[in-house]
Amino acid sequence: MSFLQIRNLEKTFGNVKVLKGIDLDVEEGGFLVLVGPSGCGKSTLLNSIAGLEAITGGSISIGGKVIDGLHPSQRDIAMVFQSYALYPNMTVAGNIAFGMEIRGVPKPEREKAIASVADMLQIGHLLDRKPSQLSGGQRQRVAIGRALVRNPQVFLFDEPLSNLDAKLRVDMRTEIKRLHQRMGTTIVYVTHDQIEAMTLATKIAVLKDGLLQQSGTPAEIYNNPANLFVADFMGSPAMNLIPVTIAKNGSGVSLSTHREEQEPLVLGVPNAPSGLAAHNGKEVIFGIRPEALTDRDGADRNATNVAESECLIEVVEPAGSDTFAVTRLGRKHVTARLRADANVAAGKRMKLAFNLDKAVFFDPASGQRIV
Amino acid sequence: MSQPSSDNATQVNRLTRGLIYIVLVLFAIYYLLPLYVMIVNSVKPLSEIREGNMLALPKEFTLDPWFTAWSTAQIGVQATGLKPYFINSILMAVPAVAISTLLGALNGFVLTKWRFRGDNLVFGLMLLACFIPFQIALIPAARILGMLGLAGTTRGLILIHVAYGLGFTTLFFRNYYAAFPTELVKAAQIDGASFFQIFWRILLPSSAPIIVVTVIWQFTNIWNDFLFGASFGDFKSQPMTVALNNLVSSSSGVKEYNVHFAGAILAALPTLVVYIVSGRYFVRGLMAGAVKG
Repeated sequence: MSFLQIRNLEKTFGNVKVLKGIDLDVEEGGFLVLVGPSGCGKSTLLNSIAGLEAITGGSISIGGKVIDGLHPSQRDIAMVFQSYALYPNMTVAGNIAFGMEIRGVPKPEREKAIASVADMLQIGHLLDRKPSQLSGGQRQRVAIGRALVRNPQVFLFDEPLSNLDAKLRVDMRTEIKRLHQRMGTTIVYVTHDQIEAMTLATKIAVLKDGLLQQSGTPAEIYNNPANLFVADFMGSPAMNLIPVTIAKNGSGVSLSTHREEQEPLVLGVPNAPSGLAAHNGKEVIFGIRPEALTDRDGADRNATNVAESECLIEVVEPAGSDTFAVTRLGRKHVTARLRADANVAAGKRMKLAFNLDKAVFFDPASGQRIV
Repeated sequence: MSQPSSDNATQVNRLTRGLIYIVLVLFAIYYLLPLYVMIVNSVKPLSEIREGNMLALPKEFTLDPWFTAWSTAQIGVQATGLKPYFINSILMAVPAVAISTLLGALNGFVLTKWRFRGDNLVFGLMLLACFIPFQIALIPAARILGMLGLAGTTRGLILIHVAYGLGFTTLFFRNYYAAFPTELVKAAQIDGASFFQIFWRILLPSSAPIIVVTVIWQFTNIWNDFLFGASFGDFKSQPMTVALNNLVSSSSGVKEYNVHFAGAILAALPTLVVYIVSGRYFVRGLMAGAVKG
């Protein structure tokens, strides 16, 4: 049985259903990242686990023990907030020790716990300062320290990095991951940043409008998105989603789509999913990630199905490590990820290689993946 | 090219600055004049005042009017001076300010961080209390004080002032706590702090600016109140304001203006002290949250 279990969780505010029956499992020591656009219910879900919001239906259990209706302090969880939520009138040491003080832990024990946490996070020299005297990154460490000192069964992180500047965010991200590897405690982490989700998670849950869109390992979410929303949300630059028309020819399937100033682009899809044949003559959405759409030399050598086609490049965006080339297929902008030194110029045609091993197809009406 | 024009700008700047200061000084004199008249005349013998020049400095300096006003002046029927009434006022104002401020803070806490169905309606009704004229409530208040057996006592006056102040103190604290991060309350809940522990340990220590504003506001209002003091106080509980009125408006005997001036200053002194001590925080507190600091 999994460690953190969420069963058919529902939450309504007045007439608004914020969570519409969420089922999620995390194994012990897992790192679950809840990701989705603003208002998708991910923070509400986290607050429900914390006990800060009363749930309307369903149940949550940690380590086999149902925690619905328990006070936040009784759930054996610790939470790190987006704004850090450090008590402004207390010193760093006071902040870290406040929970223990409330629980009546004797002073020598408290000091020992503070010292060990301060040591782990390298905030020993800050213990006597007030939160207002700390930088953003230091506040973040103190907030994590306050959570660590509880030694809980589950850590909850509510967008902990979104108030930090870009460089610090990357550093803290690595630090959180290192901390997780070291402590092995189960973590539930909310973010709207899909890169954070990919880098940190052992399991990602994508939410939208209070519904779980898909959950799985980062690789599953990235390579096998269950629907258009997940495909579009995860990945940067986003997956190219091109409207194409399916044609059945003999045993194989081919797709064709509009191409600027040229004949329509026609690609045979030898490894097409079996469900695709049913869409013969109809329009579907062809999804291909920018890294699966490259220059000929940059194509994955292990790929079995690579199709090449000439496309008109409209814009070239060098990004240092890669160069992105934007073309237009099916009247949509399509981004190809090329080697940094690829021979490409705006306004010229070039041969692009489509790695069809990585191609995915979606039903435009339902948005669901065609399998 | 830019040098002369910037010189010109500083000159114009200086000129306007000078004009502004002249206007400010004139206004300051205008506002300080009454205080000057009161102080000057409170240290003159009565004969000098009768000569008719209120603005002149005293020829003969005396503190007798102050001592008379404080301890021997005829107030109503008794020659007690203002002293016992001053004590009455302190005994009334201090607890009333403390209780109404504390309850206001508690209300603000509940109305912003422990929201319940209809909380805005409750707040609206409490706000309404700020707009009820005192006179309307006089008779019901008298009835209630009578029923509680508090008529004519200092405790009765405290109750009235707390009830009347609650609308304002709740308004102040609610608006202050509305900007107070709710995540702090959540963090404290996870830490296991109870309702009152969160209030005492987290919220109140961060409320200094609004506490100062509320204390000044409440103290000034309660200390200066005349209507409730005159209506619900008896000889043992009448506040300073009522006593001052009795001193000044006594119809028998000679009008001792120097004693009246001294008494008026004595009556105004505590509010003045409160302003001078915490005025800095008052302005800061009023501005708090207006701009992002």
